[in-house]
Order: sequence, then structure tokens, then C-alpha cells
Amino acid sequence: MTADLFFQYLFAGITYGIMYAIVAIGFNIIYNTTGIINFAQGEFVMLGGMIAISLLHVMPLPLAITGAVVLTMLVGALIEILFIRWLDNPSVLRMIIITIGLSILIREAALHIWGESIRSLPYFNGNEITTVTLGPVRVSPQVFWVIGVCGVIVLLLSLFFRMTPLGREMRACAANRRAAVLCGINARNMVTFSFMLSAGIGALAGCVMSPITYTQYDSGTPLAIKGFTVAILGGLGNSMGAVAAGILLGIIEAYSISFVPLAFQDAISITILLVILFVRPHGLFGSGETARLKEF
Amino acid sequence: MLRIRNLDAGYGNLRVLKNISLHVDSGEIVTMIGANGAGKTTLLHTIIGLVRPTAGEIRFRDMDCRRLDTRRLVTAGCALVPEGRQVFATMGVEENLVLGGHVLQKREGRAAVLRELGHQYELFPVLRERRHQLAGTLSGGEQQMLAMARALMSRPRLVMMDEPSTGLAPLVVRDIFRVIVRLRQEGNTVLLVEQNARAALAIADRGYVLETGKVILQGPAGDLLANRDVQRAYLGREQVDRDDGRTGDEKGVSAST
Repeated sequence: MTADLFFQYLFAGITYGIMYAIVAIGFNIIYNTTGIINFAQGEFVMLGGMIAISLLHVMPLPLAITGAVVLTMLVGALIEILFIRWLDNPSVLRMIIITIGLSILIREAALHIWGESIRSLPYFNGNEITTVTLGPVRVSPQVFWVIGVCGVIVLLLSLFFRMTPLGREMRACAANRRAAVLCGINARNMVTFSFMLSAGIGALAGCVMSPITYTQYDSGTPLAIKGFTVAILGGLGNSMGAVAAGILLGIIEAYSISFVPLAFQDAISITILLVILFVRPHGLFGSGETARLKEF
Repeated sequence: MLRIRNLDAGYGNLRVLKNISLHVDSGEIVTMIGANGAGKTTLLHTIIGLVRPTAGEIRFRDMDCRRLDTRRLVTAGCALVPEGRQVFATMGVEENLVLGGHVLQKREGRAAVLRELGHQYELFPVLRERRHQLAGTLSGGEQQMLAMARALMSRPRLVMMDEPSTGLAPLVVRDIFRVIVRLRQEGNTVLLVEQNARAALAIADRGYVLETGKVILQGPAGDLLANRDVQRAYLGREQVDRDDGRTGDEKGVSAST
């Protein structure tokens, strides 16, 4: 492999890895407040992209993206209120199966609304062939949008959870739900907020990655599997760990093309998922001690 | 302050509390003693709305508790220091306290929370020293103090404590109980659930003895301390050799059935 190709793969890997990381962060937010894995997370990403593409017919790109994020957040809130909120003390397994059902429901609804065609948002700057030369590497400006948006999301999230009362209350629900209720915090609302937040983040991710990966009614599922792998790899609930693990998985996938046929690319993340679940279920960066204290 | 009449509660088909009646008046420390599994924690959980009663009446400040959920009860001034402390382990000590002031902030604003924070640091100086540490790194006694301070941050009218002495060294238990006495001096009302009957009765005004979900004895704390049955069952004395001419049975202690 030439040095140029090496760096080109590296950059592609980082780009895809960061997209996985944003999906993983969505998993983490809901996991942190409820202890469940929301398997409809990939569908939020798909919805964000699809809604933005539809809105683009009637409004400029920034507005379309904002609208898509807001609408997807509403979908997230609606899902939580209709399907999760009224459950009285549901088991984790039951909630997970509900989210799997929801992901199928959303996918089929999307198939009815948007059909099977593959769509995409336009590149935010330039077009498919615009590139920025970065030393030996030529990359699309969209890559910087992906990296930038991820960076802003991670930064704002950590500020939100650290500095704002609402963020503090959500963390309290995550740390000890019953104690949070005893403090007079409305834990149910916190769960709704967490669904809205992760739906919004998923939608934003769906918008920035749409020009690179394209969007189709079923494009959420593979993303959810990769995002889930990354979330586990980075240690469930750990956003910084998710970014690192995402980049790691992205790079492994990118270089794998040199060693195994392209068709195996998707198998890699599942293999990693299985290995990590057997060997280090608390993730690369999570500590075994805190993982043991969790319910899983 | 708190009045409970003929309360029944349980989980599913399991009836844990049977026909419980008790009351706590303003400014009192009332203790509820009993062995493991007697239903003490269930009682507190039922009062604060975590467990729904199947029959009977709970009135807190003349409000019907069965109509209120936990959040509203906490807002109305009923606070529970849960068993096993239940601090927010992954968060800082001060964050724990600010979260405890959640309902106070809604009621009276941020300045009131800061004032109350200062008050709690005065009551528990060790928390001020550790305010930037993660709550999970505190010792058991410090966590208990944090749990108490967190509950007090809401400036409750009634503080219920679920076995604050569990798993703590005797010296630490003494500190904790001193704080409870001080709370009464400051005009608070405390419902203290304890297995450590001697320590609890020593500071309480009145006491109830709970056995298999029923109140079997009640009366002034001093009389319960002197009661032979209580001594035998909860104070670890086989033989009562001291005879000061009075036994609880004859004085204020009344058996309830």
C-alpha cells in the first residue's frame, strides 16, 4: 500500500468512524437515563436525512436541516410518550423489544412515505467532486462537516450535562433513578427528554452524513448495528469512549479492504461486537467495576 | 403532621403491612423499630408513594397521600433518606446537594438553595471539606450524612430516615444520631426507622414496634426502653436484672393488636 493510499484510507476510516460515534452517542444518552438500548436509534438517523431531503423542496438547506432535527425530536418524544412512558416499572428486556418493534414500524412507515429510492442531501459546500487537498490526502469538504458537527455535539453535550440544571437532573436519573424521584425530580420527563435529545442528535447525524452515505428507508439498521458495536466497544454510556471506539472501528473497516473482500466489511463490526461481548463486555474504556454495578 | 389509619400495603399478592395506624406530630422524633422483614421500609415507601396502599388512609399535613405521587409529596415537604444511602455516586457532593434542593429551587428560587446549602455545610462540616469529591468516594458515614443533607436540602416538614445506622461504626452512628437530635432542636419532625432499637429509642420521643407487618407495641420511647418484651426482643437482653420498680407494660406502653 502506498503512503498516499494509507492516508486516504485513514481519513475515510476516521470519517465513517465519527459517523458511527454520533449514532453511538445517541444510544448512550438513552441508555444513561433508562438503562435500555434503543434499537430505533438508527431509524432516527434515517428519519433526519429523509425529512431534510423532503423539506429541501420548500426551504433552504439550513432551515431544512433544522426542521428535520426538530421533527425527529418530536417523533422521539411521541414514541416515548406513546410506547414507553405509561409502562409501569417495565423490565429492561420488554423495553428493548419495544424499541426493536418501533424500529421496524418506523422503517415500514418510511417505505410507505418515501418509497425505496435512494436519496441524498446535496453537499453542504461544493459537490461530489469538490476536494480539499490535505498533504497527501484529498478529502471532500463534507468530511469536515461530519467531524465538526460531531465535535460540536460532544462538546455541547458535555457542557449540557455538566452545567445546566436539566442536564444535572438527567445525570441524577441515570445515577440513581429512585433517589432522583425522592429529590422531587420528574424522572419520566427526563426519559422523554433523553429520547428527544438522542433523536435530535441522530437526525443531525443523518443530515450531515446523507451526502456521503446516501439515505434510504432502511439505511438506519446497519448504522444502528455499527453504532451499537461502537457504544459497547467504547463502554456503554461513555461518549468520549464512543468517539475513540468509533474512529477505531472506522479505521479497521477502511483498512480491511486491503486484506479481505469488500463484502466482508459489514461482518467485521459484528465480529468485533461478538468478541468484545465475550472478552470485555464493559468496553475498551469502561471500568469493569462500574460495569458490574449496572443492571445488565 | 402525619396520620396513618388502618393501612394495608404490599407487593402483588404479598400483604406486607397489616392494619397499621400511627401518627407523627410536629416537632417530634418518632421511631419505628423492628427486625428485618417487619415491613419498616415498605411503610416508608408507602407513605412517600413508592408503594401504593391497598387499604387505609395516609394523611400528610391534611392532604390525602394516596392521591399524590412521590414528586408531589416531596414538593409538599415530605422527605425520605433512603435505606442504603442511595447517593448519586457518580456525581459530586455539592451536585448531590443541589439536586436535593430541586423542589426548594422551584418553590423559592436559586438564592434559597444556596442559603440552604450553607446551612447543610454548617450541619455537616465534613461535606463542605469534600464538596468537590465524587459522592461514591466518600466513606459510609459520610455518604449517610450526604444522603441526610440531600433530603434536608428540600427544607422538608417531615424527614423520614430508613435505617441510617446500618453498616456504620458505632462512633459514626453516634454522630449521625446527634445530628438527628439537632434537627429536632431546629424544629424539624423526624420519623426514624431503625434496627438499632437502643440508639433510636434513646433519642426518640415516642416509638412503635413493628413485627411482621403489625404494630405490636407503642408508647413513649423511655417506656419502650424499659419494656421487658422490647428488651428481650430488640435490645439483646435475656434477663432484665435491674428492677427499678416499673415496667413498661404498666406505664405508658400499650400493646396494639
